[in-house]
Amino acid sequence: MSTMKRQRSDKAFNFTPFDLLTEEIVFLILDFLDENPLDKKSFSLVCKTFYAIESRHRRTLKPLRSEHLTTILSRYPHVTSLDLSLCPRITDSSLNVISHVCKSNLKSVDLSRSKFFSHIGISGLALNCSNLMELDLSNATEIKDSAAAAIAEAKNLEKLWLARCKSITDIGIGCIAVGCRKLRLISLKWCLGVGDLGVGWLAVKCKDICSLDLSYLPITNKCLPAILKLQHLEDLVLEGCFGIDDNSLTVLKQGCKSLKTLDMSSCQNVSHVGLLSLTSGAECLQQLILAYGSPVTLALADSLQNLSTLQSIRLDGCQVTCSGLKAIGNWCVSLRELSLSKCLGVSDEGFSTLVTKHKDLRKLDITCCRKITHVSIAHITNSCPSLTSLKMESCALVPREAFVLIGLRCRLLEELDLTDNEIDDEGLKSISRCSKLSTLKLGICLNITDEGLSQIGLCCTRLVELDLYRSVGISDAGILAVAHGCTGLEIINVAYCGEITDHSLMSLAKCPRLNTLEIRGCPLVTSLGLTSIAVGCKQLSKLDIKKCYNINDAGMIPLAHFAQNLRQINLSYSSVADVGLLSLASISCLQSMTILHMKGLTPSGLASALLACGGLTKVKLQACFKSMLPQPLFEHLEARGCVFQWRDKAFQAEVDPKCWKLQPEDVQ
Amino acid sequence: MDLNDKIVADTWAKSFSSAKDLPKQLTSDHRSFTSFNNQQQQKKWEVSSILDYNNRIQPPFPEFNHTPEAPRNHNSQIKGPDREDMQSNEKPDNKRFQEWDPRVMLNNLSFLEDKIHQLQDLVHLIVGRRGRVLGQSDELATQQQQLITADLTSIIVQLISTAGSLLPSIKHTLSTANPAIGQLGQLGSMLFPPTNSLNGVVLQQNSGGSKVSGQSNQIDLTVNCGTEQNYAAEEHDPKDDDDDADEGENLAPGSYEILQLEKEEILAPHTHFCMICGKGFKRDANLRMHMRGHGDEYKTPAALAKPNKDSSEPMLLKRYSCPYAGCKRNKDHKKFQPLKTILCVKNHYKRTHCDKSYTCSRCNTKKFSVIADLKTHEKHCGRDKWLCSCGTTFSRKDKLFGHIALFQGHTPALPLDETKPSSLPSDRTENNESKLGNIGFNFSASGSGGNAIQNMVDVKGAVDDPAAYFSPLNFDPCNIPGFHEFPRPTFEESDGFFSFPIPGACNYNQKTGGDSGSNDLE
Repeated sequence: MSTMKRQRSDKAFNFTPFDLLTEEIVFLILDFLDENPLDKKSFSLVCKTFYAIESRHRRTLKPLRSEHLTTILSRYPHVTSLDLSLCPRITDSSLNVISHVCKSNLKSVDLSRSKFFSHIGISGLALNCSNLMELDLSNATEIKDSAAAAIAEAKNLEKLWLARCKSITDIGIGCIAVGCRKLRLISLKWCLGVGDLGVGWLAVKCKDICSLDLSYLPITNKCLPAILKLQHLEDLVLEGCFGIDDNSLTVLKQGCKSLKTLDMSSCQNVSHVGLLSLTSGAECLQQLILAYGSPVTLALADSLQNLSTLQSIRLDGCQVTCSGLKAIGNWCVSLRELSLSKCLGVSDEGFSTLVTKHKDLRKLDITCCRKITHVSIAHITNSCPSLTSLKMESCALVPREAFVLIGLRCRLLEELDLTDNEIDDEGLKSISRCSKLSTLKLGICLNITDEGLSQIGLCCTRLVELDLYRSVGISDAGILAVAHGCTGLEIINVAYCGEITDHSLMSLAKCPRLNTLEIRGCPLVTSLGLTSIAVGCKQLSKLDIKKCYNINDAGMIPLAHFAQNLRQINLSYSSVADVGLLSLASISCLQSMTILHMKGLTPSGLASALLACGGLTKVKLQACFKSMLPQPLFEHLEARGCVFQWRDKAFQAEVDPKCWKLQPEDVQ
Repeated sequence: MDLNDKIVADTWAKSFSSAKDLPKQLTSDHRSFTSFNNQQQQKKWEVSSILDYNNRIQPPFPEFNHTPEAPRNHNSQIKGPDREDMQSNEKPDNKRFQEWDPRVMLNNLSFLEDKIHQLQDLVHLIVGRRGRVLGQSDELATQQQQLITADLTSIIVQLISTAGSLLPSIKHTLSTANPAIGQLGQLGSMLFPPTNSLNGVVLQQNSGGSKVSGQSNQIDLTVNCGTEQNYAAEEHDPKDDDDDADEGENLAPGSYEILQLEKEEILAPHTHFCMICGKGFKRDANLRMHMRGHGDEYKTPAALAKPNKDSSEPMLLKRYSCPYAGCKRNKDHKKFQPLKTILCVKNHYKRTHCDKSYTCSRCNTKKFSVIADLKTHEKHCGRDKWLCSCGTTFSRKDKLFGHIALFQGHTPALPLDETKPSSLPSDRTENNESKLGNIGFNFSASGSGGNAIQNMVDVKGAVDDPAAYFSPLNFDPCNIPGFHEFPRPTFEESDGFFSFPIPGACNYNQKTGGDSGSNDLE
């Protein structure tokens, strides 16, 4: 963008090559600027023509404040998709404005984190925006059946999210089912008021449903036959439906033919018997999620072996037997994804058999499989060379030598989670051969030092996310190498790496895409380092400087000036005082603040800062402020859309960093 | 209660106030009639013995023959004095009970008088004809007799239904009709079996008068036997005595006795009357409780005991027939199915052959002829909360489910309260606003609830207050304005009309952790 800007300014006086381009061509160019929303903003700021073109081109909007809805909607007349999840406050009048300005242009509205609207606003949307196809009302815990009846007026609705709409009952769902016949996706997760009848209505009336999320609904077997008759159903989530059990499932004559994804997590009453009858006939089932369900035994594995198209299975948190794992290994299909995260009973024997058979594995999650050793790792690396994702947090028995194998054999890895492992610099050096690595998590890896990390920084240039939480061996040199090598870095966590200083931050400031920075518990970092970050990383949106005792108001003022995209900040235990906090008010995006144990903060300073930050949605405060400040102040802020969380935790002194390491004796 | 206006509006209206003429007819012929006033006998009389008595009504009559006082003097031929007698007897009563409008009563009496006159003329005519045409066919005679019987019955029944309040010092229609007995009102708390004998006497007298052989006297007697049991029977919860209670009963045709009450007896509001003050009661037990207020002699265990427990004599099974011709419960029906108790008869008759004049004040659509049915319905009215957009209501959600699933275009409809904006999110203080909305809602709900309760109170008042029976029209109008004044009552309120549950509106607060979790930025 910067080059474009320069060109533009050079030739602004007489002739511009852009005059030759038709609007359609510019639109096509703009289509490629989707990656970062700020790019388009820069484009529009070039000149009036660009501004106008960008206004006409934009289809999606994600406004921060509802106050400006009228102006931004008139600026962008062709908006079809409106994401209001960042607005702390969306009232019926806001929705009224939207529905009258956008009219039939509007196709998608996201109200999933909005509050303060009611069925009246929804009714206006549904009636005026006749082409509305997607509506996300998740977390609208206040809305009732009347709102559901209003939704039912949106006849063209295809996707509807109602997660956590606890007050909606069967009757409301019935209205939606009858009104929105074109529904293809509906999520009713946590809609505790909806039971068999509501779901049954959906299944009977909306024949086009492809995706159905019924998580944690109080449904029983009664609605299942109707659901399974849906011709196009591909994605069915029955997570946590405790009312469904084997007895009811065995009655089912056949499963759903079109089903591709089935989530039966936390269905404790369903064993392999019910599963068999549910999946029988599901000829194209690709993904099966059975997390936190019945034990993975031989019987369960056998009951699923006929699923010929299965590609992915998640067994997180299940009790696993060796024979069960071996039986999975004997399936005729070759799995692409396997998750055994937090499974109890995963042993080298069973697991090795499994991975040697499924050579096509792309993603493997063995988080907290504490019994596996280098044997398993050797088998994985041997037989699954095409692994792109490996998560093996807290595999405490895997020795440091085993990690060398990963780097040697799994060169295609893009995501690697080695949190809380024995990996050392040799392992890191080996892993640095995975040149496609984009996410690397090395939290609580006490054996690594700058030496290994430098190698990563040198080779893994595509790194986007790096987690070094409590990896105390890391210091400025390692960070420097990473910051130099991986300029695309977006997320970095160096929390409690006590040796980190301002130098690290200054080098990280060279990563322009950095949006999340955690330097919690780095006492050597000062306001100077933070200032350089603020200047260099314009896209910084999340910042955690908890327990950075040397950061004070001097760091806040440049931060407030430069980091205009900051949305979330944790200032606890820092030396920031009234002035610094108040200066943050100039960041219009700021939505979430955590302000605990800040010695320099006075009640009046806090009050003025809270009042000045107009867009706050969540503030964590010490409980003592509750009595120090007038109650009407909090009421006012809550009415603006801010939620307060009161904490009464005692001041925490720093503890020995080694204690975070999982000790072998902790493993049974 | 509407029983009365029904009667008034009925064919019997003309004979309404001829009560005073009745006694003379009753007493004119049957000498043993007034024997009922014998105090000694009364004490012995229990309901069971009354029933026995009815089975063999003739033999004991002579025994009771010692009170030839006033009734004796009454003669059907002497109209004037009789009427005066009657009125003189009634006036003190009216003074005593101010709630009874003497003018209304007078009006009623003159109606009855007219009716009696008409009947008298008719009988005269028949007698005259008989004298001329001796060779008249039996059929004609029977017809005439039936005509007169019907007329008389109507008069008597009219009398019965009004007697309780017209002549308060007497327990029963017979005594009501007879001023002399009215004077003997201090006799005690005994129960009379007068209606039975009344009818029987009337018929006998009638047939005797017209010189036609009483073809159905015997039957009518047995029919009227039911009346005592009616009066004596405790009124049970109507649900227990449903019409169909005896559906499965297979009694051999001859193994039981068939009794048939007349329509007017069935419809009489009160069956037990205080001998002292004339207040009417539906239940004997209530009367006995009431009697305690009239003196210590009514407080003895004997006086308070249930009367008919000591009958050891085996009785023939009694079953009842509905007086409505053509009804399956009528004894002439081919597939006659008898009714078990008097109460069954009453409920059956009201439900099947009467207008449904009690309208539910909540839904304003359901109508009932038995007030208990109305009350039962009102308990559940509004519970039919499962509504379809087509207006059909369902008591069960799965029924609504089937309906919606079956019909294209039908939508489940929200209960009325749902469509009201119960919580209006505002621009300033959301919590307060929504609370406000709820308060408003509660108010309206409780308002209608209170109204419903008021209606219920009205009903009750009408039941307990004897005077209300004679102004039954007051009942409905007082409901209707209340109904229109408030929004349609919503369900649940019959249970706790001040605590209408508003799901989620108050319970769930924005401040809960889950919600704030939703504000987490990613």
